[in-house]
Amino acid sequence: MKDVIIIGGGVIGAFVARNLSRYKVDALVIEKENDVGDVTSMANSAIVHSGYDPVPGTKKAYFNVKGNAMFDDVARELDVSMQRVGSLTVALEESQLKLLHELQERGTQNGVKTVLLSAEEVKAMEPNISPEVKGALLCPSAGIVNPFTLTAHAMENATDNGIQIALDEKVVSIAKKDGYYEIQTNKNVYQAKMVINCAGCYSEEIAKMVEPISWSITPRKGQYYVLDHYAPGLVNHVLFPLPSEKGKGILVTMTTSGNYLVGPSSEFTDSKEDHSTDALTLEDVKRQASLMVPHIPFNEQIRTFAGLRATPSTHDFIIEPSKVDPYFIHCAGIESPGLVSSPAIGEYVVEELVQPLMKFKKNPDYNPCIKPYIKMTKLSEAERDAFLKEHPDYADIICNCEKISRGEIDDCLSRSLPCLTIKAVKKRTRAGFGKCQGGFCQPKVLLEVARVSGKSPLEVLYDQDGSEILLKESK
Amino acid sequence: MMVQHDLVIIGGGSAGMAAAVSCYDHGVHDILILERSPYLGGILNQCIHNGFGLHEFKEELTGPEFLSRFVDQVEERHIAYKLGANVLSITKDKQVTYVSKSDGYVTIQAKAIIMAAGCYERNAGAIGIPGERPAGVITAGQAQLYLNQHGYLVGKRVFILGSGDIGLIMARRMKLEGAEVLGVAELMPYNNGLNRNIQQCLLDYNIPLYLSHTVSKIIGHGKLEAIEISQVDECFKPIPGSEKRFEVDTLMLSIGLVPNNDLLDKIGIKKGRSRGSEVNQFNETEVEGIFSCGNVLHVHDLVDYVVDEARVAGASAARYIQGELPHCEHPIEVIAGDGIGYVVPGKIDLENADDVIAFKFRVRKPSKNVYIVYSQGGVELKKTLKLAIIPSEMEIQRIPKNLLKIDQGPVTVSLVAKEA
Repeated sequence: MKDVIIIGGGVIGAFVARNLSRYKVDALVIEKENDVGDVTSMANSAIVHSGYDPVPGTKKAYFNVKGNAMFDDVARELDVSMQRVGSLTVALEESQLKLLHELQERGTQNGVKTVLLSAEEVKAMEPNISPEVKGALLCPSAGIVNPFTLTAHAMENATDNGIQIALDEKVVSIAKKDGYYEIQTNKNVYQAKMVINCAGCYSEEIAKMVEPISWSITPRKGQYYVLDHYAPGLVNHVLFPLPSEKGKGILVTMTTSGNYLVGPSSEFTDSKEDHSTDALTLEDVKRQASLMVPHIPFNEQIRTFAGLRATPSTHDFIIEPSKVDPYFIHCAGIESPGLVSSPAIGEYVVEELVQPLMKFKKNPDYNPCIKPYIKMTKLSEAERDAFLKEHPDYADIICNCEKISRGEIDDCLSRSLPCLTIKAVKKRTRAGFGKCQGGFCQPKVLLEVARVSGKSPLEVLYDQDGSEILLKESK
Repeated sequence: MMVQHDLVIIGGGSAGMAAAVSCYDHGVHDILILERSPYLGGILNQCIHNGFGLHEFKEELTGPEFLSRFVDQVEERHIAYKLGANVLSITKDKQVTYVSKSDGYVTIQAKAIIMAAGCYERNAGAIGIPGERPAGVITAGQAQLYLNQHGYLVGKRVFILGSGDIGLIMARRMKLEGAEVLGVAELMPYNNGLNRNIQQCLLDYNIPLYLSHTVSKIIGHGKLEAIEISQVDECFKPIPGSEKRFEVDTLMLSIGLVPNNDLLDKIGIKKGRSRGSEVNQFNETEVEGIFSCGNVLHVHDLVDYVVDEARVAGASAARYIQGELPHCEHPIEVIAGDGIGYVVPGKIDLENADDVIAFKFRVRKPSKNVYIVYSQGGVELKKTLKLAIIPSEMEIQRIPKNLLKIDQGPVTVSLVAKEA
């Protein structure tokens, strides 16, 4: 009998698990993909939103602002790249200036400091902005974060502190029993006193296994361009257009790895499994982004991708116990600003919804920090030379585009959180994220995963089940 | 750690080795080749088909056979090289920083640098093929590496995008391994590979070639299930309604090679239209003492021409180190005019040029009955008639130096239709 089962290993499940691990618990995360953070958590804008945008009084506003304030500690404890570069919400027409004032007012109500800038001030900060700019709202507390390591390292911290995780396992049915839940997956049957539904786009299906619900989740797709490490300074902040009912709009931003991200679009889609891009929507993303930044070097494109937002019918986060039983908790509809809210949601769920019922004892061995990942570029010359003498594999470069070494890859493969696929290695180390998109390094990563895991190279997956790269040995 | 060498060569493939040998034979012996793989030879290591060396050795060699001739030349001269050495950065002051397991981090102060780092393959991400992003979408060179160097087949029902040589070679290779190759789609209305490869790899194997087509959709979530190809219009946009679906487990891309020129791009060295750095006829970039040759300068179709070019770079670097390479303050610009994709060199030091200057270029599209025209200051200097010329076969024309004038401005190379 487990104390808690968390359904879903995305960024929300990861922070709930991490917070739970402060206590002595017998808890399990069940994740249907082969890695944590493998759906929405890995396909988003990677923004630490400041929190001026959500409607005051909503859960979105509350958790956004609270989460934003936690990110310096989170980044430090979990060794996640995060930079508070600030954001500019840009008005390109005179008629939009009024809306900027409204957004500032909204920000004030949410407790977020913003500054209204004139066109000249914006142009001075952003030399590549459209000459049509009329003004902008600057939010200094906004930032960018590495979403892949945010989820992976939060979950690693949880597993370091004793949380269990089952990957590649899908919940099929949940039955409420007397004082506990019986959870049937495609591989096992579990029993748990408490269940936390962090199932992203599928949180609706999970909820319905237990109770009739009044809300629904509709997948809303966002398509993006990723540009190579262009000369720094294309943009110096996260640039937003004015928001609309479709969402925050198509932004242009740098990433924590020095790339640029342009997107997302916003369109509802029928299937929760549809992560496809399409030419028309991508063209439209280009067109709209170019209104704000006219000379985006799209010839430096290295990838396009799509992510699905779990958009709730309620228009706000659904973070509450189920109506039929406080031991079944929903964390549903976590669309934007979900990423920035995740540390605050994790804390709230555990401290306010779980602990009052379960009254777990503190975990005396809880350590909020993970073992840092060595980055050669952060060490001094002397430190580097000394480190390499002990760890020569950190000098064996496997990914040329991003300069990632075998040592870094082996480190990920050896942590308490399983790292099983080529994509999992890619997300944690960046091997394969560069402009050759794994052209040179994928074979080496594949063979390294095989070597460390003891699998045959034929068994190594790219990402999902059935995604083996190699078919068979040649004649 | 900081060390000194006269010449550092980045890349130990065909270009790097030929440049090293040439520099050595011109009297400079303190050379260090930095090669990131555990072996010399570069990309030819995975090219087990033959067809290499027809010009250079008057023989048809496989890739490994060709490269081993150059390895022998390097070894005979005891030219120093480092394997597993990955260059992290270069400066305009000719400092090269690399990292290797055996040496850790090392910075070399060189007198001259030759960039010979080859190229990488354009991939699905760069062209943003719509649809999903499953496993099973692979570049031809990657499939070739898995097969020829590691002994693994990536799939058994293959469709190829791009009629470039690597794709054609792999089409044949996969067929020989028992895979079904359902077709090749080519964006252009003409094929992009060497004619002999179209014959030997497609026609001989009954693999259909769909010209003016592209892959318009990738279908499959974890693993590739199918693709759709579409005919394209004059703007290369897919024509709705023209979709054809193929059930495949592998989409192999052969959509072009791109110079791996980051190290020089990052320090702001001027680029040429070939996507490598701009060089003069000595293969010298705008920074004195930094040279470039081979596929990192412009993508070649024949490795024989790579080694010719590399020998020039090696000789130039030697002369530079010996203080004998002239430097020209105001070289003449070379401009790729109408119909010409790029020209190398991008600049000419006319005063100090040899009697004959080699112009290397590619046309933008296949053309028949055209003149290649060299002009300067609006005056036509020379024209050659070409009955047929295609982008996938690089042209090399040797132009007498005395045709060019030092004070008439840029030289333009252009394509002009022959009047009927």
